[in-house]
Amino acid sequence: MSPIDDTILQTRREYLTTTANGLGMMALGSMLAENGLLAAPSVTATDPLMPRKPHFPARARNCIFIFMEGAPSQLDLFDPKPKLNELHGQALPESMTKNVRFAFIKKETARLMGSNRKWARHGQSGMYFSDLLPHMAKTADEWLKIRSLHTDQFNHHPGQLVLHSGRAAFGLPTIGSWLTYGLGSESRNLPGYVVLTAGRGTSGGASLWQSGFLPSVYAGVLFRNKGEPVLNLQNPAGLPATLQRRGLDTLQVLNQERFAQYKDPEIASRIASYELAFRMQTAAPELIDLGQESPKTLEAYGVNRNDPPIKATRGGGPGQYKSFATNCLLARRLVERGVRFVSIMHASWDHHSNLDNELAYNAGMADQPIAALIRDLKERGMLEDTMVVFGSEFGRTPLGENRGGNPNVTGRDHHPFAFTMLAAGGGLKGGHVYGDTDEIGWGVTENPVDLHDFHGTMLNQFGFDHLRLTHRFQGRDFRLTDVSGRVIKEWIA
Amino acid sequence: MRKALFTALLPAVVTSRALAVDYASEIQPILAEHCLECHGTDEAKGGLDLSSADFAKQVLESGSPATEEIVARIRHTDPKEKMPPAKKKPLSAAEVEKIAAWIKEGARMEQHWAYRPLAATPAADERAAAARIDEMVGKKLATEGLKGSAQAEAVVLYKRLNYDLLGLPPAVEDVDKFLDAASKDLDAAYAQAIDDLMRSPHFGERWGRHWLDAARYADSDGYEKDRPRPDAWRYRDWVIGAVNADMPFDQFTIEQLAGDLLPDPTPEQIVATAFNRQTLTNTEGGTDQEQFRVEACMDRTETLGTVWLGLTVGCARCHSHKYDKITQVEYYQLYSFFNNADEVVRQAPRSMEEWKTYEAKNGAAAKQLATLQKKVDQAKAALPVKLPEWEEKVKAARAEAKATAQSFAVLLITELTSSTKWVKQPDESWKMTGKVPQRDTLTIATKPTTAPVKAIKLEIFPAGTDKKSSRNFVLSELIIEADGRVLTQHSHVADFSQAKFAAKDVNDGKDDNGWAVSGQTEKPHHLIVQLWDEVPAGKTLRVTMKHLYKQANHVPAQVRLQSSADVTPDSIAPAEVVKILNEEPKRRNPVVIQPLWDFMAKVDPDVVAATRQLEAARARLPEPPLMDVRVIADRANNPRQTRLLHRGDFLSPADEVQPAALKVLPPLPSAKPTRLDLARWLASKENPLTPRVVANQMWSKLFGEGLVTTVADFGVRGEKPSHPELLDFIARQFIELGWSRKRFLKMVMLSKTYRQSSEYRVGGIETEKDPLNRLLWRQNRLRVEGEVVRDLHLAASGLLSRKVGGPSVFPVMPPDIADLSYANNFKWATSTGEDRYRRGLYTFFKRTAPHPDLTTFDCPDANLTNVKRTVSNTPLQALTTLNSETYADAAKALAMRVLDKGTDDRSRLELAFRHCLSRKPSSSELDALGSLLNDSKKHYGKDELAAWAATTRIILNTDEFITRE
Repeated sequence: MSPIDDTILQTRREYLTTTANGLGMMALGSMLAENGLLAAPSVTATDPLMPRKPHFPARARNCIFIFMEGAPSQLDLFDPKPKLNELHGQALPESMTKNVRFAFIKKETARLMGSNRKWARHGQSGMYFSDLLPHMAKTADEWLKIRSLHTDQFNHHPGQLVLHSGRAAFGLPTIGSWLTYGLGSESRNLPGYVVLTAGRGTSGGASLWQSGFLPSVYAGVLFRNKGEPVLNLQNPAGLPATLQRRGLDTLQVLNQERFAQYKDPEIASRIASYELAFRMQTAAPELIDLGQESPKTLEAYGVNRNDPPIKATRGGGPGQYKSFATNCLLARRLVERGVRFVSIMHASWDHHSNLDNELAYNAGMADQPIAALIRDLKERGMLEDTMVVFGSEFGRTPLGENRGGNPNVTGRDHHPFAFTMLAAGGGLKGGHVYGDTDEIGWGVTENPVDLHDFHGTMLNQFGFDHLRLTHRFQGRDFRLTDVSGRVIKEWIA
Repeated sequence: MRKALFTALLPAVVTSRALAVDYASEIQPILAEHCLECHGTDEAKGGLDLSSADFAKQVLESGSPATEEIVARIRHTDPKEKMPPAKKKPLSAAEVEKIAAWIKEGARMEQHWAYRPLAATPAADERAAAARIDEMVGKKLATEGLKGSAQAEAVVLYKRLNYDLLGLPPAVEDVDKFLDAASKDLDAAYAQAIDDLMRSPHFGERWGRHWLDAARYADSDGYEKDRPRPDAWRYRDWVIGAVNADMPFDQFTIEQLAGDLLPDPTPEQIVATAFNRQTLTNTEGGTDQEQFRVEACMDRTETLGTVWLGLTVGCARCHSHKYDKITQVEYYQLYSFFNNADEVVRQAPRSMEEWKTYEAKNGAAAKQLATLQKKVDQAKAALPVKLPEWEEKVKAARAEAKATAQSFAVLLITELTSSTKWVKQPDESWKMTGKVPQRDTLTIATKPTTAPVKAIKLEIFPAGTDKKSSRNFVLSELIIEADGRVLTQHSHVADFSQAKFAAKDVNDGKDDNGWAVSGQTEKPHHLIVQLWDEVPAGKTLRVTMKHLYKQANHVPAQVRLQSSADVTPDSIAPAEVVKILNEEPKRRNPVVIQPLWDFMAKVDPDVVAATRQLEAARARLPEPPLMDVRVIADRANNPRQTRLLHRGDFLSPADEVQPAALKVLPPLPSAKPTRLDLARWLASKENPLTPRVVANQMWSKLFGEGLVTTVADFGVRGEKPSHPELLDFIARQFIELGWSRKRFLKMVMLSKTYRQSSEYRVGGIETEKDPLNRLLWRQNRLRVEGEVVRDLHLAASGLLSRKVGGPSVFPVMPPDIADLSYANNFKWATSTGEDRYRRGLYTFFKRTAPHPDLTTFDCPDANLTNVKRTVSNTPLQALTTLNSETYADAAKALAMRVLDKGTDDRSRLELAFRHCLSRKPSSSELDALGSLLNDSKKHYGKDELAAWAATTRIILNTDEFITRE
């Protein structure tokens, strides 16, 4: 048995005897222990979400992963390129595009497209943000900006799979699954891995929070930010909580009777699952009840903002500003309650056309709540061990998109060769800019970062050697970083 | 001496010896775990390949520096010298000494156990074979000093059989009948029950679903767009049918992998190849089609590897397999069997039964449809080959065309027939003068034309005041003929069309729509139609205008025809086709390119001729029960050459490879093998893997674990069988029983091993020595699959629809799940009537937004083949069965089912209990439920049903109910 299983088993015993409701569970717990059944070396016979220790002391305990689906333009948000504006309207030499594939750009007539954004340096670090992100700019000194990311996929769904699970393949666990698999969850009343979405629905759908070959207990659980936060949380119509409790007590009697005969630890697990479900029925509505937050906090996140009158369609229907701000605030509340990994998704940033308007709409939506989240975490002392990531599956081209040779160019195509992501907290270096791109933002010129490196470093902050956080499946020891990845020391504070 | 030993090594398989160290069980796993990553087939660092027999040869040159070096390095204490290097997993001291001893003994390598031929065993019937199983299991237990468990109670046995064979709870009456028979002769009753249950059509659903996991079956494309596949269910029906008919597994294999290549395949055999179409399709904008075609072929290759061979061949996409000696070349050799198979659509009967009825009614003419359809398919299959030339022609014609607008001249109408009277006018138009008909077809003949005709303009003038019934018209169909030949039309443009009555609707073969002009009925209108083939001058044209719309009197009152001879770029081909031709070929994904295929099919002479014949035959018959099905077919024209792809990248082709099987297995019989040869070889007596792997899969469904626990991996890194002899025995038996799934299951189910109680014997030596029950000292308790959780609830409550087969259904689902699909492109239209309560396997499975009730209970995502589901136990499962709508419905239905039965609450509770759990409740269980019922009644007062539902839901939520015990 591996040490990790051992830990699970020990804590499991504790759990059964201390946290369950009622005498029955205590009796059951001690009986299991006496009978040596808790030592059955099967993870499924125990609570797979029990908190456990990583390989080495961790800098980060929780993660809020903000996934901007569709690929925001780094050239209009994070990575200013004056030269690109100068060269606006010019073609690239053929040598540069020769072996390059695009999703939509027609190479023969493609022209460089400058940015209409205004840029300024911010904070003590002097980090650049465009005029579309005035609030995030004020948190410049908290962010690590990585300008030199690259990936090998240039279509959305495959690219999103790489970002979330390390390879453009199905059936692999996502980052949140790896982390809850490795660390368990601190939350006794909520799932360890929660997904919040806004916008249009992503290309990847549920495959972006799958647990792959890991047990489904490590899959992300989708929360809604209004109404019923978790599926099936409400009792059937007309059934009050008291009767739910009363029913569960009876269920425990029946299950225990079967257990007395069969002694299958899985029955004990089932009893525990029902108890957790019951607790979740109270905890989850409490979670999304923002009434406990101060007006100042609600104001800071912009929870009650209305959508601006910008002509944009790709960011989702009406109500996105509220929805996204609510998700950011919920992310903090989730982490506060011990949830290990919160994934905030918003679709879509796939601006093939109408770039300026679309980006203004989306950036306006994201800017204030994300900045508020960073400040809020910081003020509460949570940023230290909470890693916040802002990222996407790839970036956008310096070339304007002339789909089908269309001369009316107002957007950018998919660009996997150089893009930017941000990360804050969790022991990462704030106010630090890593890597560089050439003068038009086409390729990486300094410190290239593969997404595996990003993942490897993330895991490092959580106390894991990415080479050793593995799971054997079909004869192979799989890891998030596939067959590569390195820890980038320069990012670590 | 040395030489003699070496010769003894030459045969690949070394069998019995009396050496201290056994390579297969002791050394090979160590090498695989610690060494082969660097010292394997591909990399062979320092020139050392520990996977090769050459290594053994080296070693035999005993005293050679190489062997000394190995032993020295693994024993080394200096971290710089020590092997494996510090970063890798270290060898234990015992492992080091084992390797040293093995090298000392000559480093002999045996063939990996899974590749060895199956030993012959004398054929035995199911009962005798079951006894052999028990013998082997018993022997192993005895060796370890363990004892098996007693047979489970009769009621548990019967519930077990029902869960395993049907995935449904037995009816209370059936339980009683069984118990009655069992009280006289349990063995006979038990065997009879197996036979009876296997005859149920629900057997095919249960065991078909296992296979659908392997087939990665789903109802949508996958990837971003994840379009629905409305015909996918047809393959599911095929699987259910084949399993119910107990199609032998060899045939089952051949038809699915290569049914299309069988001599004169039946439609069912074509449908079977839809197995290969369960791969994902990426129609995301901007994708390179070749990339995802290659991806799908790789998936087919790897699925074959997992499902039949139990090998993860996928690693060898990019590099030779480090452990299993599958080289990259071999991977592409296997891949090449699929590389030449195209994704096609074929017509197939909606079901065998419907087709039989149709054929019986319509005789030979109906039979002929298949032949004619085949001709159409063949002609269509040639279109991709013709495309490049066709494309050039269209482009050239467009370049040549004069870029001016077309000018039209009046065509002289010589004859107009109609159901009413028409009169010619001075401007050469014709006007209706007779009674306005409800519906009408005008047949118009023109004078021989004086110029070529490239386009026709049809003018319709406002009806006079005498046509009061309707001012509007609907031109449902327009047919233009010359020389008795129907001319292909395209690019229909009208000066005005009312919403939903577009100009192009006049050419879609449907009478219930068409072109209409409501809102502007007071104005004259025209419709211009381009003809694909220019009609030379001097021909008589025949124009048919059908006005058959359902609303009466929607007919025109005055018409005129004009024609144009002008060729403009837009008159060459329809705009949507030109748009596709402007797109780079690699970006023409299946969705993008479909209008092009549709148009080519309309103008290609071969397709047109074949279609005409088929349509003529169809016209004489009632609508046949046929549907389109996605299948595969080998391309006959310019077959693809397969090349190894460097690092698996479709843009980096390397050397050409020829089809062949894996070298570790017996070779294919043919020199130039086809996909059919491959399928036949897979399920042949010569290939030892398929029977081992498939028998183990079936075994694992009955015990929760396989004899090889890594059901998908029989390679060197997989677990070794717990009972090697038994595995080979059941594998061989599977063949001897004619590859019959039913006979195989019966054999296992008859064994005492299967029939044991699943109780843990706590405190006994068994729990201590074999806590995971690998040696089968008891049965295992198994939580049933997500689909079956649903089935059990619905069946016990009496809600379940027992309908077998047919299109997928849309049971109740929370609305925001479907909304999560990409750009909200999917609507979940909840089914009504019995389709709300069909079995779980019929639920429409959308890959990017599957039904949460299924995935919460570990239903696989259908993106990859799956031969072993994970089983989790989560609070979300509890919330589902406690609260979700369907499950609440079931609780209520179960309450209603017992409410008017029995004499008192206690007997009603007992009945509800037995609907779920078959057995009778203990008195303490009844007390607990009774007390809950009383408290619920106190709460609900007069609403007795609610109080009962609050109680029945608790029975439905017991662990026992969703567990096969």
